[in-house]
Amino acid sequence: MSDRVLFVHARLLDPADGLDRPGELLVENGTIAALGPNLSRHGLGADVRIVDCAGCCLAPGIVDMRVQLREPGDEHQETLATGAEAAVAGGITTLAMLPNTVPPIDDNALVEFVSRRSREIRLAAIRTYAAATKGLRGGELTEFGLLAEAGAVAFTDGLHAISDALVMRRALSYASTFDLLVVQHPEEPSLSAGGAMNAGEIATRLGLAGITPAAETIMVERDIRLVEITGARYHAAHVSTAGAIDAIRRAKARGLQVTCDTAPHYFALNETAVGQYRTFAKVSPPLRSEADRLAVIEGLRDGTIDAIASDHAPQDQESKRLPFPSAEPGIVGLETLLPLSLELYHNGSLGLLQVMRALSQRPAEILRLPGGRLRPGAPADFVIFDLDRPWRIDVTALRSKCKNAPYDGRPAQGKVTRTVVGGRTVFGLDS
Amino acid sequence: MDSGAANDPFPHRHLLGIEGLSRREITYLLDRADIYADQPRGAERLALLRGRTVINLFFENSTRTRTSFELATKRLGGDVINMQAQTSSIKKGETLIDTAMTLNAMRPDVLIVRHPESGAVQLLSEKVDCAVINAGDGSHEHPTQALLDALTIRRRKGRLEGLVVAICGDISHSRVARSNIHLLNTMGAHVRVVAPRTLLPPAIDRLGVEVFYDMKRGLAGVDIVMMLRLQTERMHGSFVPSIREYFHFFGLDYAKLASAKDDALIMHPGPMNRGVEIDTEVADDIDRSVIRQQVEMGVAVRMACLEALSRKAHTAPVS
Repeated sequence: MSDRVLFVHARLLDPADGLDRPGELLVENGTIAALGPNLSRHGLGADVRIVDCAGCCLAPGIVDMRVQLREPGDEHQETLATGAEAAVAGGITTLAMLPNTVPPIDDNALVEFVSRRSREIRLAAIRTYAAATKGLRGGELTEFGLLAEAGAVAFTDGLHAISDALVMRRALSYASTFDLLVVQHPEEPSLSAGGAMNAGEIATRLGLAGITPAAETIMVERDIRLVEITGARYHAAHVSTAGAIDAIRRAKARGLQVTCDTAPHYFALNETAVGQYRTFAKVSPPLRSEADRLAVIEGLRDGTIDAIASDHAPQDQESKRLPFPSAEPGIVGLETLLPLSLELYHNGSLGLLQVMRALSQRPAEILRLPGGRLRPGAPADFVIFDLDRPWRIDVTALRSKCKNAPYDGRPAQGKVTRTVVGGRTVFGLDS
Repeated sequence: MDSGAANDPFPHRHLLGIEGLSRREITYLLDRADIYADQPRGAERLALLRGRTVINLFFENSTRTRTSFELATKRLGGDVINMQAQTSSIKKGETLIDTAMTLNAMRPDVLIVRHPESGAVQLLSEKVDCAVINAGDGSHEHPTQALLDALTIRRRKGRLEGLVVAICGDISHSRVARSNIHLLNTMGAHVRVVAPRTLLPPAIDRLGVEVFYDMKRGLAGVDIVMMLRLQTERMHGSFVPSIREYFHFFGLDYAKLASAKDDALIMHPGPMNRGVEIDTEVADDIDRSVIRQQVEMGVAVRMACLEALSRKAHTAPVS
């Protein structure tokens, strides 16, 4: 069997090099050996297997930097295997899962467990964050150094903000000792407590307690001050408000090592999606106003927002079929990450390379992971997708164990046809 | 979707809220309730709900609303079953949906539901075949309260249109306030809200009300003063520093009432916290206070609602 595969008739996209042109890509022993406009003329020999991309885009595999999987602890909602299967169907070749499992990932044995299962599953590479504080309780720091050596990509308390200012200061300060990254769920809990959706007219009409956008802005602004005095690397997850984006824009201009991501629901939806108490539209932070949604798109456009992550949060019927205030927040997003992000290209908000940069290059750089680029010597992790193919999102067809997505029936444009990890095809649309 | 003929005066399967009801539909319910309110005591039981089962499903404590619905059902000749959350399997961890399905299997004709969470009654209505009446969901709506308030006002003032109504107190947590704002606006009244800012929800002005933080100014020239109960059980943290301070600035007493019209009516959905939001003497002023009439109108309004919804229950398909 040949270990060389030549992908021909591809539209090669590499945001890192500004590459967007027709060409071919050669994979050898799981890494990218060469790429260019016409490799096939160079006499590669008879043992090369040819894959015809039929004009589809071939881009670096998506690096999804914010995913909740439910193993260990809540395997009925999602396992590492079902999550990885959904991921590759969505063109994701590497994902970073949050430590909010049961038990939480705050010990190197659990980090190693995830790495081992990832190798066994052999689909998308599953990496994990480690808890920043023991038991995600917001108090004592975990063993950052040892956890990083075991393979933790960064440190976060997942769905909880690291809210105590002193604990956050120490987390940033200690992380900077080893040049590690701290990822924050930026929401001031004393302001968001009891809230079910964005504060405003809709919440008032529905009689739901609102969460002010200031809860996010305040936490981001506070953290930026702490980054200033510690010099640490800091990442704000799923930013959703104009205020927070503006604060990050200014911090970047001052040269601080501050990055952030957003999730598709913060640019594809706004608070009106809650409609009449649709719990599938309940997320944390909540869907915001139209002005905030536009600010998220502007943040992506000018590069203030570095990355788009799925914020995949599987919730079963028991967690969602409840009165709105009691329902769990979260949307499953692994398989809709690419098509929803491509909406920004199709509607003229972003260039195609900008979209792909936010999905692959930037998250790989932020987490210092291999991949995110197409270049000789890099791992052959890539996604092939038909940029224009129209389809409708059907939540029942999602591979994730849970179907909690508010996108059922939404028209989409752009479909993954093949996902390749380490040179192996791990997903094929027609297979 | 709601079914019904084009000439159906109330073409809805459920009564979940006032928001979305038309002026014509509200007027119809009030007109029917007016007739029931005028029936002499001891009048013969009606047969409208004969053979029909109404279930009162209350996930929150309530005496007056539950009793009022019970009485309304009985006066229309129906059978009524009361289910209180404490005695049902809800306490054993059964979900709201499970409860709805179980009750649905018993084929009731009308479910009357009160629940502490906003939206819970609508959720339940989506899972059952019978008509559902919202008897109060969280801070969202309490439509029969707004209807009985409107009936009380209409019978005393002869109209709703053009009246100036001040709703005072804990607007944030009040389903009564929201239902009344929708109803009074739909019927052409002018609505004011008067409260400290901590008890006003964001963007309340977008619901079409004039906002006042000063009670005397808010009551200036009004026809109706609607007081709300300070809902301490729904409060997350401290919204007002003390009851003493609250009563001083926002409690209804004769001094503040003086700025309202001389014939202004005083209303309260009950139960009252005397000395918190309303002075005892004002509450018991037989010339001004219509608080007891409100309770009386409650039965008539609920009869009208049961009538309007159960009429469709005859033809509703059973799935």
